[in-house]
Amino acid sequence: MSFLPAIPEVLRQFFKRPATNLFPAKYLPSSVTKYLKSVQEGNAAINPPVETPPNFRGKILYDRDTCIGCKLCIRVCPANAIEFLPDTKKVRIFVTQCIFCSQCNDACPVDALHMSDEFLLADEDRYSENMIVE
Amino acid sequence: MSENKKIGSTYSIPIGPVHPALKEPILFTFKMNGELVEEVDFAPGECHRGIEWMGMRRNPVQIVHLTDRICGICGVSHSLAFARAVEQIAEIEVPERAHYVRTIIAEYERLQSHLLWAGVAAHELGFDTLFFLAWRVREESMDVIEYLTGNRVNYGIVQVGGVRRDFTEDQFPRIEASLKYYEDVAGKLLNLFLEDRTIQMRCKNTGVMSEKEALELCTVGPTARASGLAMDVRYDSPYAAYGDLDFTPVLPHQYLGLTNGDVYDRIVVRLLEVVQSVDLIRQCLENMPSGEVLWEKKYPKILAACKKATGEAVGRIEAPRGECLHYVRMDGNTNPQCWKVKASTYSNQMSWLNMLKGEQIADIPIVVASIDPCMSCTDRVAVVHGERTDILTKADLHRLSVEKTRRLAQWS
Ligand code: SF4
Ligand code: SF4
Repeated sequence: MSFLPAIPEVLRQFFKRPATNLFPAKYLPSSVTKYLKSVQEGNAAINPPVETPPNFRGKILYDRDTCIGCKLCIRVCPANAIEFLPDTKKVRIFVTQCIFCSQCNDACPVDALHMSDEFLLADEDRYSENMIVE
Repeated sequence: MSENKKIGSTYSIPIGPVHPALKEPILFTFKMNGELVEEVDFAPGECHRGIEWMGMRRNPVQIVHLTDRICGICGVSHSLAFARAVEQIAEIEVPERAHYVRTIIAEYERLQSHLLWAGVAAHELGFDTLFFLAWRVREESMDVIEYLTGNRVNYGIVQVGGVRRDFTEDQFPRIEASLKYYEDVAGKLLNLFLEDRTIQMRCKNTGVMSEKEALELCTVGPTARASGLAMDVRYDSPYAAYGDLDFTPVLPHQYLGLTNGDVYDRIVVRLLEVVQSVDLIRQCLENMPSGEVLWEKKYPKILAACKKATGEAVGRIEAPRGECLHYVRMDGNTNPQCWKVKASTYSNQMSWLNMLKGEQIADIPIVVASIDPCMSCTDRVAVVHGERTDILTKADLHRLSVEKTRRLAQWS
């Protein structure tokens, strides 16, 4: 079978473990909402996602008390995702706008900003509590 | 053939802008004679997002991460080209080690991009088994990129004046393991792709472009090299650490003994470049100097240096698809006065007209895919007037420019 080299390879692949991590469930549930509900009730278990790498850039974390209101993060944010609050001299970050570059983390002189591991950020409302960090 | 030429014997088929056979949004119109393509026309511009417009309202430190998003595959090529342009204007000296880090990540990008392309090519031939296998192999480079930079697609590692993250000694074993994996799997990949009869039947003598045509049409990258043109920005005008590395451009005759300039040769070139990238990364790891990776750690200083800069510069690099060029002009303001992106597909797309002529309908997908087109990189000028969308050609732009000059002359 020298002219069809894929065939032996395919046969070999049959006995290998699948490369895909089946997240969140082994088989597509007929209704995802129902599935998630049954997970909450403890009737089903979520197949865990692949672990995030050491330097992963997920949802932003803001340490309000450390922030000195220098606005440097606003100047370097490519997505204009950070808003300055003049009354309190603190900032507000819109997660839906953020492009997860972590540049504000590098720029902040007092290390008030960090990236978390959280990546499941889908939401119906872009201004929901979950989507605004302040 | 004469009876085929009768009036009414030709018909035209539109393909795109959204079509399962095309992986990129672009509209083709084919004038067909029976099964054969007689004439081709195409209209790009469906994927224009106004990134340059956004860039001109931001400072270079912000733009550098905007450039990550120009293309979904070349996460580092555009940022590197842009950073190089700004560094030239602001006369910033990039530390030696940063050059090596940039080279390693750029080569990983080439690895994943070429393997992605190989999978797509197999898929366009209807060979989905190979498509899945190629993408399985590609996943290793994605994992390493994720491990090194933090994210899979938008690496965010390049900064004006260096890189934002260093690759440390304790990360080398993971890199080494992936290089070993690719060395082991390279022979198998070459065998699966190049010895397969289906692929040979479909790709040999399909979509041929001669060396002369490749030169005349200003093609770049693997598309040009597959036609026998020994051109590679990494080799011709080295940037980052490429000047220190030992390599020559990959040409199909090195493997096959001759150059045909067909789709098959393009597969050969890209697969051999996968092997070459592994070697280049290894050379980088061996010769990596120690030291800083960023010219200036304090962001206000980087911002100030960019603001002070005046002048214009061009940053050229070899992206996986060919030469990628960024032109930047700074005039002492925070934001650049002008920023222009020319991606490799812009140079390569005209070769479709010649390649597709005389091919069959069934060969259209693979020939179109063979230059590894990326429309989101390419589509740069599109103007929307209310409901109407115009794509401005060079002649239009020239006319508009003359009109504007006249208008200004009248006012003064
Ligand atoms: S991570 Fe990037 S995009 Fe998000 S808030 Fe920080 S600087 Fe802006
Ligand atoms: S850079 Fe840091 S300290 Fe300055 S405003 Fe932003 S979060 Fe606050």
